[in-house]
Amino acid sequence: MLKQYPSLRYILQRGVWYLLTFAVAVIINFFLPRLGSHNPVDIIMGKFSAGMSSEAARAKEEAYLKEFGLVKVRNGEILRDAAGKPLKTSNTEQFVNYIKMCFKGDLGTSFQKYPKKVLQVIIEAIPWTIALQLPTILLGWITGNVLGALAAYRRGAFDRVLFPAALFISALPSFVFGMLLLYYFSVVMNWFPAMGGYADAIVPSLSFEFIQSAAYHYLLPFLSIFCILAGGQAIGMRSMGIYELGTDYIKYAKWLGLKESRIIGWLFRNAMLPQLTGLALSLGTMIGGALITEMIFSYPGLGMAILTTIQNNDYPMIQGCTLLITTSVLLANFTVDILIGFLDPRVKAGLRIGKGN
Amino acid sequence: MKLLKNLLKSPMFVAGITLFLGTIILALIGPLTYPITLERVGSQYSTPFGRFFLGTDHLGRDYISLLLRGLRASLYVGFLAGTIATTIGTLLGIYGGFKGGIIDDMINMITNLFIVIPSFVVLILISGSFEDGRSLTLIGLIIGLTTWPWTARAVRAQSAAIKSKDHISLARINGDGTLLVLLKHILPYLASYVFMVFILQVASGILSEAAISMIGLGPLDSISLGTILNQAKNNGALGDGVWWAFIPSTIMITVIVFALYLINTSAEGVFNPRLRK
Repeated sequence: MLKQYPSLRYILQRGVWYLLTFAVAVIINFFLPRLGSHNPVDIIMGKFSAGMSSEAARAKEEAYLKEFGLVKVRNGEILRDAAGKPLKTSNTEQFVNYIKMCFKGDLGTSFQKYPKKVLQVIIEAIPWTIALQLPTILLGWITGNVLGALAAYRRGAFDRVLFPAALFISALPSFVFGMLLLYYFSVVMNWFPAMGGYADAIVPSLSFEFIQSAAYHYLLPFLSIFCILAGGQAIGMRSMGIYELGTDYIKYAKWLGLKESRIIGWLFRNAMLPQLTGLALSLGTMIGGALITEMIFSYPGLGMAILTTIQNNDYPMIQGCTLLITTSVLLANFTVDILIGFLDPRVKAGLRIGKGN
Repeated sequence: MKLLKNLLKSPMFVAGITLFLGTIILALIGPLTYPITLERVGSQYSTPFGRFFLGTDHLGRDYISLLLRGLRASLYVGFLAGTIATTIGTLLGIYGGFKGGIIDDMINMITNLFIVIPSFVVLILISGSFEDGRSLTLIGLIIGLTTWPWTARAVRAQSAAIKSKDHISLARINGDGTLLVLLKHILPYLASYVFMVFILQVASGILSEAAISMIGLGPLDSISLGTILNQAKNNGALGDGVWWAFIPSTIMITVIVFALYLINTSAEGVFNPRLRK
């Protein structure tokens, strides 16, 4: 099938594969929290059947159970057992409900922030996470790669200083680095604010005041992610560069007496490929990648949302966030696969002779 | 033995192994020589270098005791997760790479599936659902069971490359069974590689535990370096400038992880001479 269009076939193949993976991820996302002793359904059911005091409270609670698909419903009425208690739905039925809701773009309602929708909470938090992560990842990636390439090519003193430093910084867990930065620069030196994404007194708007305050709060979390990322990228680029420098085609080009700038051009084009993959992957982990940094700086992004969510056992929120993180990672991986298919001559050649991937 | 000699020539390796053994010795010997008490012994957040050398926490517990316990717990989680992930990954990887065919395809499929599903997400989902029995061992198990695909993929590539070497064919002609070939002729080739993977898995196990504890889903039955940090953060130590609540444990985590990275990087340099120079 599609033998004459190898690229299209490749994309379709990968697409089907990732759809399958996505299905598994959704199943895991739904069933894992229901495995343990701390079953979310039992907790909610317990909470609601314990506090059956007034009629009004009960009506509200039952509307709630209905909305989450935790009780059996026929023609809009809750089915009950002999004692008048609502009948619980089975796991499979709940799963079907969940999938139906997901297709409608409805991730459920937050327990803790009821009646706020999960999607709404996420949409409020996401811009902060992206604003923190996207520029940081791009800048860190560029800086790291330039430094790593220089270290690989120059070696010598530059490399001897940069390599251990990069190794040390990238070995620092991001939360450790974040905590140290926070402690030193905002608690000890009092240069930067310790908490939040902007000053409490300001209402978020496009005013100069707000932007200034946001930038001021931005710097420390930015630094804590940037340095570690740049360090890691520098190490990767350095070893790729050294590896490529030792390959036959570079030696051959040198023997041919080609210009150095031209050789370097080839060298880094080849060394770049895994780094590009790395970039796409870190963009995919962007949403879930800085959860703990956000928590440490009390930055109003998804990390804080997840933290409060976990503290309050807000399962629809947890599931919504984890589904979002997984989806973005899968999308990034899919993009990488497609990119490699077009950029890597080896994979491309494989496609041309029709061997698939 | 020659390998060990070469390794010991690398100052990075010596520094790494010294630091790492140091933390292990501290975790093993420390509790024997220092009287560990996890009861309230002083006032809330008493400053260090007085009656308590590293001060006390928000409950008035002695930090040295907490740290020694925490260090041991973190190392335990790291080794448990690392061992599980390395064992499963290596076995599946070697077998799949060597055997090929349908078994390899199936192992590959599972590996690729779980490589793209973020293990931290799985960790959050499982830890969140075990409120009662969330022990240190459970967390180590979950980390190990979610991180093996990386090992499997890496080892598989190596094993598939070795498969076509002459001495394997010789062993085959000699009538050696698959298991014997795997253990006697392929595993030794991969030993150095597996060792490096193991080191990295231990480090990532320690970091994963610290991370999951930081967001409040850590072990409930023991004190780890991660839970110390979590409690420090929850009780406002960071904003109040109570540095002794988080600096010692952050230093410990960093030292362990950095030591492991040093070992890994220097070993890579010795095993792969092209990186040396």
